[in-house]
Amino acid sequence: MSVLTLLVRRGGNGLALLLAVLVLNFTLIHNAPGDVADTIAGDMGGADAEVMAQIRRDYGLDRPFHEQLLAYVGKLARGDLGYSFFFNQPVTELLLERLPATLLLVLSAQVLAIMLGTVLGVIAARHPNGLLSHGVTIFALLGFSAPVFWTGIMLIILFCSIFPVFPVAGMIDVTVEGGWFVKTLDVLYHLFLPMVTLASIFLALYSRLARASMLDVLGTDYVRTAQAKGLSEFQVVYKHALRNALGPVVTLAGLQFSGIVSGAVLVETVFSWPGLGTLAFQSITARDAPMVLGILFFSSLVVIVANLVTDLVYSLIDPRIRIGHRG
Amino acid sequence: MATDSAAVLDGDRLEVAKARHPLAEAAGMFFRNHTAVAGLVTLAIIVVGSLVGPYVYTVDPYEMVWAPFSEPGADGFVFGTDYLGRDLFAGVVNGGRVTLAVGLSAALLSVFIGVSIGALSGYYRGWVEEALMRITEFFQVLPTLLFSMVLVALFGASLAMVTFAIGIVSWTAVARVTRSEFLRLREMEYVTSSRSSGARDLGLMLIVILPNALPPIVVQAALMVGSAILFEAGLSFLGLSDPNVVSWGQIIGSNRPYILDAGWTVALPGFFIFVTVLAISLVGDGLNDALNPKLRER
Repeated sequence: MSVLTLLVRRGGNGLALLLAVLVLNFTLIHNAPGDVADTIAGDMGGADAEVMAQIRRDYGLDRPFHEQLLAYVGKLARGDLGYSFFFNQPVTELLLERLPATLLLVLSAQVLAIMLGTVLGVIAARHPNGLLSHGVTIFALLGFSAPVFWTGIMLIILFCSIFPVFPVAGMIDVTVEGGWFVKTLDVLYHLFLPMVTLASIFLALYSRLARASMLDVLGTDYVRTAQAKGLSEFQVVYKHALRNALGPVVTLAGLQFSGIVSGAVLVETVFSWPGLGTLAFQSITARDAPMVLGILFFSSLVVIVANLVTDLVYSLIDPRIRIGHRG
Repeated sequence: MATDSAAVLDGDRLEVAKARHPLAEAAGMFFRNHTAVAGLVTLAIIVVGSLVGPYVYTVDPYEMVWAPFSEPGADGFVFGTDYLGRDLFAGVVNGGRVTLAVGLSAALLSVFIGVSIGALSGYYRGWVEEALMRITEFFQVLPTLLFSMVLVALFGASLAMVTFAIGIVSWTAVARVTRSEFLRLREMEYVTSSRSSGARDLGLMLIVILPNALPPIVVQAALMVGSAILFEAGLSFLGLSDPNVVSWGQIIGSNRPYILDAGWTVALPGFFIFVTVLAISLVGDGLNDALNPKLRER
């Protein structure tokens, strides 16, 4: 099967999943006690029945459920996710505004975790009973067991309170003057702690997996052949074995995306990082229904796209694997 | 001569009788694993401490007993006081029960859902499998924490709702493991022979296949308790926990605004969560090595 037909098929599957997510979330929010009118009335300090009815008419809440759902899906197809009454802004606009910050955080943390994790795992695999190998195993367990927000808070206490070297919160310092280079440095400076915090959970997973997968590969015949024909240890490990050992790591990275979104919500909240996570937290606390729906939809979309990209990357790394035939 | 050979035979029988039950074998392996035993002991101390502690240290965790933000050890409070001047040690002693209970019940719920869905889809195959795997895929795509946050925010932050919100999004891994075990085991000869001697589907699933599928499920379930505790802590940290019930996560959530001035109010309960989950992970790893010796990482 060509990559294209598989892309189309999986894309269709993804669309169906997305629609299901949408219907479930819409139904949930629709059936939750209290609605937009209650929230707005609460903000206004109370409203009489007539005003409430007016608000419900304005938001189309007086219409039957299926009409509201259809209207929502119809608008969504045109890229319109509704209007956030808490932020006073169209939902789509706000999502796109906050997306870059989250992408920067999530991708940098993933890259850090995958690279460092693979290196640690490979080093550990070369001496499976050595001190370093045990160190990696223990380190992995520690990272995996600590609540991610707690790790973040500990880093804040350590590097912002005891040794004040990093900023506590935010993404930019408005007092910083200078060109784009200085501004970029400032963002990276703010990014460091949140990135390390988010990476800590996944570093554990990747190093463990890379170690196990590398051990498997190092035991195969072709690696022995490579050794026998006199290639250097470095070439055998990093050129021949690593490529095959990477497959499981990449798969895990893709499957982890739902967890990454969860981690991002917590890390962003700890460091007041102005991304989708803090937006989600604020809108859920404020019961901003259109915003909440928009975020749930958007993050499901991100997960689906990530899965698709994983399949593609996987087939690039390992041409034997054809998409859709994974066990 | 005759008596001699009888003795040898006897000896042989003794050898045979020494073959141990697989579970005893696994237990032996588990208890020879130092880190796993360390995890188990730590976990036992935490569980017993959480159950008995409140009767030994009887300070009310909800009562304001001193000035706020008294540092640990400064005024006779080992863990200091929180932002309302409540005894933090009392909070930690009392909070463990709720944290452990929520973690355990959420894990049980997700194991129940996961095993049911995994067993049905692995056993029946065909359209049942197709449909159930679609549902599993759906829950894998759902952003877990966000979805639980929405559930708790919309339907109230009671302990039951928090438990449900965690359990309902965490079962997909268990379902996948169970399904693959069932797919493998349903083709085994002993299953076919049970079926041909008239066993019904339900009996085959529960009595014949499930016990043999248990080892990897048990390992998953153990790890699930740890991740459910982390999940509960995360929700509490975001303020989405029952404000009237003290738990480790709830202490962290309510003291979060003051981390820079009173870091210990967050650091100490967080440390207990960390140690508990670490202990559970160690036990889980030990179980994995003992129950699945062939799959063990070298």
